[in-house]
Amino acid sequence: MKLKMKWILLTMVITISTVLTGCEPLLVLDPKGPQAKTQADDIMLSIWLMLGIVVVVLAILVFVLLKYRASNQPKDYEPPHIEGNHLVEAICVGIPILIVIFLSIVSVKSNYEVEATPAGYEDQEPLIIYASSSNWKWHFSYPEENIETVNYLYIPEDRPIEFKLYSYGPITSFWIPQLGGQKYAMSDMITTLHLAADQPGEFMGRNANFSGAGFAENTFEVTAMTPAEYQEWVEEVHETAPRLTEEKFEELIEPGHLGRSTYTGTHLEFAPPPEHDHGSSDTEVEEDSHSEDHEKHDSQDTNEHSNH
Amino acid sequence: MKVDNSLPLEYSTEENNLKILGFWIFIGAEIMLFATLFTAYFTLVNRTGNGPTGAEIFEITPVLIETILLLTSSFTIGLGIHAMRLNKKKATMGFFIVTLILGLAFLGVEIYEFTHYVHVGAGLQVSAFTAALLTTLGTHGLHVTLGLFWGFFILLQIKKRGLTPETANKSFIFSLYWHFLDIIWIFIFSFIYLKGMM
Amino acid sequence: MDFFDRFAVPHPSFLIYASMVGIGLTMLAIVVGITYFKKWGYLWREWITTVDHKRIGIMYLLSALLMLFRGGVDGIMMRYQLSMPENTFLDSQHYNEVFTTHGVVMILFMAMPFIIFFFNYLVPLQIGARDVAFPRLNALSFWLFFMGMGLFNISFIVGGSPDAGWTSYFPLAGNEFSTSVGTNYYMIAIQIAGIGTLMTGINFITTILKMRAPGMTLMKMPMFTWSAFIANVIIVFAFPVLTVLLAMGTMDRLFGTNFFTTDNGGMDMLWANLFWVWGHPEVYILILPAFGLYSEIIPTFARRNLYGYTSMVASMVIISLLSFFVWAHHFFTMGQGPLANSIFSISTMAIAVPTGVKIFNWLFTLWKGKIEFTTPMLYSVLFIPLFTLGGVTGVMLAMSAADYQYHNTMFLVAHFHNVIIPGVVYAMLAGLTFYWPKIFGFMLNERLGKWTAWTLSIGFVLAFIPMYITGLDGQARRMYTYSESTGFSLLNMVSFVGAAIMAIAFVLLVYNIYYSIRYSPRNIGSDPWDARSLEWATHTPVPEYNFAITPQVASTQAFWDSKKNGHELFKGDIEKIHMPNNSGLPFIMSCIFFVFGFAMIFSIWPLAIITLIGILACMTYRSFEKDHGRYISVEEIKETEKRLRGAKNEGR
Repeated sequence: MKLKMKWILLTMVITISTVLTGCEPLLVLDPKGPQAKTQADDIMLSIWLMLGIVVVVLAILVFVLLKYRASNQPKDYEPPHIEGNHLVEAICVGIPILIVIFLSIVSVKSNYEVEATPAGYEDQEPLIIYASSSNWKWHFSYPEENIETVNYLYIPEDRPIEFKLYSYGPITSFWIPQLGGQKYAMSDMITTLHLAADQPGEFMGRNANFSGAGFAENTFEVTAMTPAEYQEWVEEVHETAPRLTEEKFEELIEPGHLGRSTYTGTHLEFAPPPEHDHGSSDTEVEEDSHSEDHEKHDSQDTNEHSNH
Repeated sequence: MKVDNSLPLEYSTEENNLKILGFWIFIGAEIMLFATLFTAYFTLVNRTGNGPTGAEIFEITPVLIETILLLTSSFTIGLGIHAMRLNKKKATMGFFIVTLILGLAFLGVEIYEFTHYVHVGAGLQVSAFTAALLTTLGTHGLHVTLGLFWGFFILLQIKKRGLTPETANKSFIFSLYWHFLDIIWIFIFSFIYLKGMM
Repeated sequence: MDFFDRFAVPHPSFLIYASMVGIGLTMLAIVVGITYFKKWGYLWREWITTVDHKRIGIMYLLSALLMLFRGGVDGIMMRYQLSMPENTFLDSQHYNEVFTTHGVVMILFMAMPFIIFFFNYLVPLQIGARDVAFPRLNALSFWLFFMGMGLFNISFIVGGSPDAGWTSYFPLAGNEFSTSVGTNYYMIAIQIAGIGTLMTGINFITTILKMRAPGMTLMKMPMFTWSAFIANVIIVFAFPVLTVLLAMGTMDRLFGTNFFTTDNGGMDMLWANLFWVWGHPEVYILILPAFGLYSEIIPTFARRNLYGYTSMVASMVIISLLSFFVWAHHFFTMGQGPLANSIFSISTMAIAVPTGVKIFNWLFTLWKGKIEFTTPMLYSVLFIPLFTLGGVTGVMLAMSAADYQYHNTMFLVAHFHNVIIPGVVYAMLAGLTFYWPKIFGFMLNERLGKWTAWTLSIGFVLAFIPMYITGLDGQARRMYTYSESTGFSLLNMVSFVGAAIMAIAFVLLVYNIYYSIRYSPRNIGSDPWDARSLEWATHTPVPEYNFAITPQVASTQAFWDSKKNGHELFKGDIEKIHMPNNSGLPFIMSCIFFVFGFAMIFSIWPLAIITLIGILACMTYRSFEKDHGRYISVEEIKETEKRLRGAKNEGR
């Protein structure tokens, strides 16, 4: 019986460790940016610590089960009556408290890290991208570049990015596992997510929060590229992409799935994001002030730019 | 059924004891219920959408009348229980009748108040604020309505069966309920109306 | 929408039609069977109108087992759908309904009645009482729960199931995005069942506070009773939040209010907050009684007293308090900012401390014991490592920065199944096996029982451990399909195999019940496990008055003392016993509630008003009713006692 248990544990540990350290790294544990790195470090730290706890509990359990099983005791053995021992109980409370304090410190520190401009990028002006979801698409508005894309995201590497998230419809969650954890996009307030990519590459992005029938396919592609390539792309879009009109945008946010598409101009001009304050939330107003002059109306007539 | 005559009538049997404790626990649950409603109300109080704000629709006169009516009724039910302990059946019934009439008057003014809100464009569907306001007030009003029926039934039972351990127990529990509704109203009066009007 | 369109299932499929026919035939067979064997009268007199806590408990148990099957089938369907990439077994809408139903059924209609079964059956016996404080209310609790459950379960054949997840976050669950009546079912059915649960809470707090046997102070109560007491306190404080929340959700859907809508000031986040203000304590309502059961089983088979009684109680009290201050950890990603996240992160991790104390206390209870590996003990022993694994992943999830990566992924799904299955489900099965002889007068087969426990555990590990890994690989929860290129397919197939093995374990359990009914010996006495607390001090089967003489208690393990240390439990003479009368009113009133709920779900207002009047009429009737119960005479008690003592081969 105990053998079986050991066997199960062994399989578990082997499976976990092979998969965690093995050939194909898991997305979350294969960070490509500072925020994801912080999170992956926290995760690995807690996995090892927790594995330690599980092993200790299991060791004690296996030991007492083996030592005190009835078949290992004399027939007339009468177990003693033990009420409890203050020292033992103090240790049982004390050690978990120490572990919790340690993890709390790590957790609080990381909280402030992931909620700020990524470490090492503080001196740079962040690129602001408004990411809004509609059933079941993502719309990315680049106010600075005056570009809007659907279902794909081009970002320059080594530059902090500030995503402003909101939703036309159900609560969604904007998630690029390799760049950092997710955050909700909601219809009545804007949330901010700070990310950065420290190398070029293609990453999976998706809505992680269940939002109805088309949820499974609610994904987008993220490409991080060198600043030069990024600038090239921006210029190309300005030359080739059609202008985003109000009618076109209304059409885009109709429920359904769409491929990738690109426009000049953003919907922010005619459909402002929910930055108004209902007087209820004390959360989002703090750091939005520096990004308000994104009204760069360089409207050019452009041709179709399809990027399917 | 064992009746212990050294205790007040409403506590005189074991079953009565259980019922009173059970009702106190029920009031605990009711406090949570109203606390949740208040939480929702204060979260949504400024989210008026295209509708009016509290300051625009609240009227002091009906609210004051309601408050006086309900506070008085809480006093009279207390007198009723006092009379019941002195084993004065007629007086108990009298105070019950006064309480119920006051409650009914309260309800009447509240219905007027609701029609007023709808009339000035603060109906249930107008905004999150109106929904939260009318739901909170409505839940209290519904409690009062149910209380009126309940009190009336107890009154009939006292009339028919006299002041027995059973009817005394019911009356006492009813008085707890009625005082509780009064306390909730004081919260509504202070934190919804007065705060809203300021 | 056209009136009759509402009743149509939004996505007809073969599975649903087959279930319709199946349910229809089963109902018909049951009705015909009862009529044929002329059991209607028996059913009405002995069960439907009963106010006996033991029978009500058994009805809760039957409901829970039925729902375990229903929720289990849903679970298997989900695992099968995900076992292969691009699987077409279920379409998106159907999958959404299935996982929503699975969640609601397993939490509210399986786990809840299962623990309430234990409350009902055990608490009065453990405290030496004759019944609960309000037997009639208890019957009403059960029937309201039952009707809520029934209402929820007909949704998939009449009008469509809820499809917005068991959390039903608005605005997704609002009229705009959830157009079928499914979410109305969610709002109304859970409301009706929830009112029943709230009454259970009031009832059991009163029972435990006021009806304990002489000498049983609070700190001498058996540990399960303590856990039941705390769980019921949580029920009384948490369920009113749900009541208000569901009422607001109902109003949004049926009366066009704007609590959680996207315009006119509605606030979707309010739903999420209030939902978890109820939802998090709710999971502790489930787990604390489970802890209580382990605290009964482990000392019994370690042949030792429970280590650290006081710290066990203290840790449960602390857990129950903390449970109300951690709700925001369900949505760290909502943008509350680092300060709020840090506070909730720390308060959540703090729960690990009292929980850890409990784990260590169980380990120390085994210390110096004489451990016997019976089936209930096997479940308990498997529970400790598996639950610890679930617990520590909970601590990982509590680290809010890292939670941005775990949230909404299969990692989270793995975590909560990892605590609920070894925590709650194992406890339920262990408790069921442990108390089966007390309830039914024969034991379940030990060999089959151990096979079940091992099969279940192997299935569990295979089904849920892979989810931790796919979660870290970016598999979001509630996706009905995924593409080949994601690389999720192998581990999801393993998961499905695990789920299938778990299904086999449940088949084994059913077979065990069948086998034991046929072959188990019936002369087992009233204390087959050599147990320690009062419920084993009375006869098997338990007479309706529980104890002929109210027991006298002097320690936390009164029955053990009476067996080993010469403590005299039953002093004095038999007196006549006052018992409550049966009543059909709870059942009738709940039936009207059922119709009322149905009318509300489909917005049939005249019917809703008529039934509402019917409910008020029932309450009025109850107010005027004169019912002083009845007495069981001394002679009758003596006769019953003699019969029970004679029929069984008493003592070991």
